Amino acid sequence: MRLARPSTRRDSDEQVVMIDNDSAPRILFHGENFLLEDLPVGTRVIYPKRPLAPLPNARAAIRYALNHPEEMEPLHALLTPGMKLTIAIDDISLPLPPMQRPDIRETVLEIVCEMLADHGVDDVHLIIATSLHRRMSEAEIRRMVGEKVFHAFWPDRLYNHDACDPDGMVTLGKTRHSEVVEMNRRAAESDLVIYVNLNLVPMDGGHKSVGVGLCGYESLKAHHTPKTIVASDSFMDPSNSALSSSVERIGRVAEKHVKVFHIETALNNRMFSGPADFLMKNEDNFTEGDRLKFQAMKWALDRTPRALRREVFMRVPAAYGLIAVHAGACEPVHEKILKRCFEQYAVEVHGQCDILISGIPYISPYNVNSTALNPLLVQVMALGYYFHMYRKRPLVRKGGVMIVTHPCTDAFDPKHHPSYIEFFNRLLPETSDAYTLERKYQDEFAYDPSYVELYRRGNAYHGAHPFYMWYWGQAGREWLGKVIVVGSDNVTVPKLLGWERADTLAEAIAMGRAFAGRSAEITMLHHPPILMTDVM
Amino acid sequence: MHTGNFQHLTMATKKSTSSAAFYDVDGTLIKANIVHAFAYYALNQPTVTGTIAQTIRTVASLPLFWVADKVSRKAFNELFYRYYRGMSEDRLHVLAEELFTDMIEPTIYPGTRSLIAASRRAGCRQVLLSGGLDFAVRPLARYLGIDDVIANRLEFSKGYATGRLEKPFVAGATKAQIMRDFALAHGIDLGRSYAYTDSYSDYPMLAVVGHPTAVNPDLRLRATARSYDWPVIDLS
Repeated sequence: MRLARPSTRRDSDEQVVMIDNDSAPRILFHGENFLLEDLPVGTRVIYPKRPLAPLPNARAAIRYALNHPEEMEPLHALLTPGMKLTIAIDDISLPLPPMQRPDIRETVLEIVCEMLADHGVDDVHLIIATSLHRRMSEAEIRRMVGEKVFHAFWPDRLYNHDACDPDGMVTLGKTRHSEVVEMNRRAAESDLVIYVNLNLVPMDGGHKSVGVGLCGYESLKAHHTPKTIVASDSFMDPSNSALSSSVERIGRVAEKHVKVFHIETALNNRMFSGPADFLMKNEDNFTEGDRLKFQAMKWALDRTPRALRREVFMRVPAAYGLIAVHAGACEPVHEKILKRCFEQYAVEVHGQCDILISGIPYISPYNVNSTALNPLLVQVMALGYYFHMYRKRPLVRKGGVMIVTHPCTDAFDPKHHPSYIEFFNRLLPETSDAYTLERKYQDEFAYDPSYVELYRRGNAYHGAHPFYMWYWGQAGREWLGKVIVVGSDNVTVPKLLGWERADTLAEAIAMGRAFAGRSAEITMLHHPPILMTDVM
Repeated sequence: MHTGNFQHLTMATKKSTSSAAFYDVDGTLIKANIVHAFAYYALNQPTVTGTIAQTIRTVASLPLFWVADKVSRKAFNELFYRYYRGMSEDRLHVLAEELFTDMIEPTIYPGTRSLIAASRRAGCRQVLLSGGLDFAVRPLARYLGIDDVIANRLEFSKGYATGRLEKPFVAGATKAQIMRDFALAHGIDLGRSYAYTDSYSDYPMLAVVGHPTAVNPDLRLRATARSYDWPVIDLS
């Protein structure tokens, strides 16, 4: 590795770096490994902001939020002995990777449950608001809520939401746009619902908590569509997201039927710490120790089987810190949390690019503790999440090129993603058109009794979930002129995804330039950790 | 194989559904199997001496059953059902209800009812396809709200079992042919249909539908299901 260039930039420029002749090569995630690549001179590299300082006393901040809520009475004033109360909790899909213990949900739950006991509220159920995500396992729930809460409530009063339980769901009505509002029956029939949220990306939280987390397939059909995704500019920008608008309408109807006390939290972006903290740095600022650590890590990863590499990555939790907690009514709480999230994630960028480069890591919201980031999830990370990480306008120009790095191994976790396998191998060879897939096959998968059973009693994502993953990428597919994947270990997966492949980043950039022009402007998004761009 | 004259027992009004769910029974929907059923009959002979003799004979034959099952399911059935020879048809039918209450109902897997309910919501006609005996399976079908039962039938002469099965046997490859005939007769699209079984010996019934699913599978079926990317579910 080349010697580091002395850091002479001003702090305000530290998120946007231009590659010059002296720049160090850049690290890109490549699944469960890394690539170290020289980028062409003039390439713009966008880094996440430094982690915001965590609140010094999280427990005190949570108690303050509960006692000084937004546009609602303090939580203790809402509690009466004998009332029926349900606590809904965000699931394992965030944060990524799972955070070091105690998970912030554990801290919140301990405080809330103590308060409930103090006020004589005994009829309490805790529901993991999985929506159509997979059921969390006992061990995962135990880790998330902590021993104290787990032992007090598991398994009769602490369990996963079941969107396919005909007796466990209730239809509350429709929005003015005829969107069906379904909800978990226990929650809907409670005197009070407390929602314990964790915001990782700006599409989380707000009305999505109850409106999606506790709903069923019929509700999701209203907005988990390719049409809604394409109309969202982007779905990570709630103020310009058709998806968010629909969810808000549903959430408002739901909250007409049941009182919900929202507790929202925001985390900083300290994804890597300890021996891996150099991954948070600009490569130009690497010390000799950082370079040695990276080379040692790369050497070991190159010689380790994929499954073992995956196991190692999955076992390293993130050192996220709480940067905000607010409680009370949904909308004012969410507004404050979003503001804090954007303070952490949003990076101001001037101008779009023609070629966008991004490394795809080993993890997504939908494969925590799974055996693979399957091809559909690689697709959703690229064209769903990373493409949509913008406000104002996409980081890449219309008709531009996106280059991603991932092995795209044809591997699925049959326990977590059985319906993905059929979707990928049976449906995609027939058509990749999201609108056709939705019309022709979505209901078949959603009502498939085997997939229903696997969702309800196994640990599988709902039968319709792979469709949503494909829709998540629809705006990117319609916007981009070409997607090139670097380092794919096969040709079949990129072909089915509609992507081209290249063996090296240099080859991919040459292909991108051949498509977008010799003077194409190149930008690399240097994540994870997550970052969003405000494209001016 | 000629199965055109195969008779199945219709448990409910025929519907104009175009997909069906075919379920193996023993080990798939219930924990009990045909040997348990036979043991129940053996223990409930009309006389005490008959009960003792039949029970001893059954227990002594268990290794033989095991070997026959390893050779082929057809060989097992031919051997096993000989033990019914001489039993009265009336008694077998009367005891079937008690057999269900005492032995089969407690062994229905916890997930069975929800699987069938989901399948019904998906618009599938519900069909039990069992190597067990029709009179023993029928109470279960009624209990689960199954539309049709296809099961083995004992041959009776003058009101007593001869120890032979009427053909075709419901086992192994025959199940696939029976399903094809059933689909043809009832306008079922097998490509849109589902099959559920726990045993590799029922591989043909899985291979003939568009949506095969292994349920509580044995090791060989589990490996097959994994290599073909079939869903594997656990109802127990």
